Amino acid sequence: MSAPHDHDHTHISPTAVAHPVGHAQLVAPAIPHLHGHEGHDRLRRAHTAAAGTAISVAGVCAGYFGRDVLDEVSFQVAQGEFVGIIGPNGSGKSTLLKVIAGLLPVQCGSVHVFGELPSPSVRHLIGYVPQSESVNWSFPVTVTDVVMMGTYGSLGFGRRPGALEREATERAIDQVGMSAFANAQIGQLSGGQQQRVFVARALVQHPKLMLLDEPISGVDATTQHAIFTLLEDLQRGGTTIVATTHDLSCVAEWFDRVLCLNHSVVAYGPPEKVLTRETLSATFGSHLLLGAGHGD
Amino acid sequence: MELLSAPLQNDFMIRALIAATLIGLTCSVVGVYVVLRNMSFIGDGLAHASFAGIVIAYLFKFDLYLGGLIFTILTALGIGAVSKKSEVSLDTTIGVFFTAAFALGIALMSRVRTYVVDLQDFLFGNILAIDRTDIIIIAVLALAVLAVVMVLYKELLYASFDPVSAAASGLPVDALSYVLLVMLAVTIIVSLQAAGIILVAALLVTPAACAYQLTNRFAPMMLISALVGIGSGIVGLYLSYYLNIASGATIVLVATACFFLAMALSPKRRSLLSALLEARRTEVRAR
Repeated sequence: MSAPHDHDHTHISPTAVAHPVGHAQLVAPAIPHLHGHEGHDRLRRAHTAAAGTAISVAGVCAGYFGRDVLDEVSFQVAQGEFVGIIGPNGSGKSTLLKVIAGLLPVQCGSVHVFGELPSPSVRHLIGYVPQSESVNWSFPVTVTDVVMMGTYGSLGFGRRPGALEREATERAIDQVGMSAFANAQIGQLSGGQQQRVFVARALVQHPKLMLLDEPISGVDATTQHAIFTLLEDLQRGGTTIVATTHDLSCVAEWFDRVLCLNHSVVAYGPPEKVLTRETLSATFGSHLLLGAGHGD
Repeated sequence: MELLSAPLQNDFMIRALIAATLIGLTCSVVGVYVVLRNMSFIGDGLAHASFAGIVIAYLFKFDLYLGGLIFTILTALGIGAVSKKSEVSLDTTIGVFFTAAFALGIALMSRVRTYVVDLQDFLFGNILAIDRTDIIIIAVLALAVLAVVMVLYKELLYASFDPVSAAASGLPVDALSYVLLVMLAVTIIVSLQAAGIILVAALLVTPAACAYQLTNRFAPMMLISALVGIGSGIVGLYLSYYLNIASGATIVLVATACFFLAMALSPKRRSLLSALLEARRTEVRAR
């Protein structure tokens, strides 16, 4: 099991190679959260009523250099849903997001986003927020520069951002509450602020689907709450959101549906159905059992 | 004033100054991407690879410039393709390719019995030997590279900072890195006559690394890098004229002096220093 894990991570995020004990520690708080949060339940019902499929993944295999990280993955996400993909490091979460975003070709099966194959014509509907480790934070760019990059895809070659793009950039920065830092160099921000800047960059192009890779990795509980509140606001506006995480403490509270992934789909459904000890240990493997044992 | 104008009585000095300006500008602008993408090794790699192309061109009595250019572009594309399609990192791929090409050059040259003066110039550079035709070639190629940087400015910026998100938003990230590799190959060939194969990497990396110390913004970094590149080219040439030392080496040493000066003056460093002092002060107050 360890070989494919290591392999996956050397390509997705060399610096993020797992904290092997992380899962075990984080599992315990997830279980007590299973019930409650009526406000969010109401929101959830409202959105599942909305028709239409945002993402349809059918029998997908994909990977790097001939080795499959994803093995016959199938699931669907309805428009307006907030779906979490959980699984241990190296289980294929990031790979799955890249496949949905059209960044990685599939070896078998198919992916449809809003009924279309991933192609440049649907790219502008997708806002992608990468793992923060994938970026060089000492790069000489400010918050405004980074968020402005969100407008580049729709501008042609040789065209500079104009007043329209600057306005959209300002609005997005304001939306994530980062106006006070508009001219700060990105390396001076905290981890949570950097995440918000990335979310703002995705928002600039008014995506119908947001894909976030580990948006709450390495940020404290208050910041996690702030990021999820922001995402919930977007969901209220009709945006479909898919986020990966290996932090289980937030799963029950925020996601409408949870996909447990370990190269293939272990379980998929509402948190209260999916977050059983059996599926979690099947997803996370033996170190979870250890953690659960200590929690008891 | 006399000091500045005296060397200009010589035509070769005027040509050398024009060449130093064009080369300094092109190298230092492209060098910003090289430094920010952490691919400093590529400058050295492609410069050494060009040697094989130059030797091959020499053996076949082909134009040395053109031979070197074609071979270096092919090597650059090869490096890009191999590092993309295999699990080998960019640095390792460069390491394999450039030593192979350089070895090929040496092997071929060892077959040439006569002492090859022209090739010597390519190894160490001789900006004073640049003629009218060279100036025109350098100008055309340098302006072409700068034009590409202007047109693809924002795309190259996004793809250098965050290639995954740039690709997700629809930018052709792979094509952009090939464009950058070809620009680097052209820039290096253009600069060989000034600094030679051994030192050309310094023209790419040092001005940009200097600028990186002084600013937190991308456009100012490019501007400062360009000023350092042009400035060290001109200052280096004058120094080499009066001190009677090799021009390429002098230009590189002036740029290096700028780098250390920038390190000393760096606001980033200052802020680190003041942060340390502040921490020290609070510590003292706590006692």
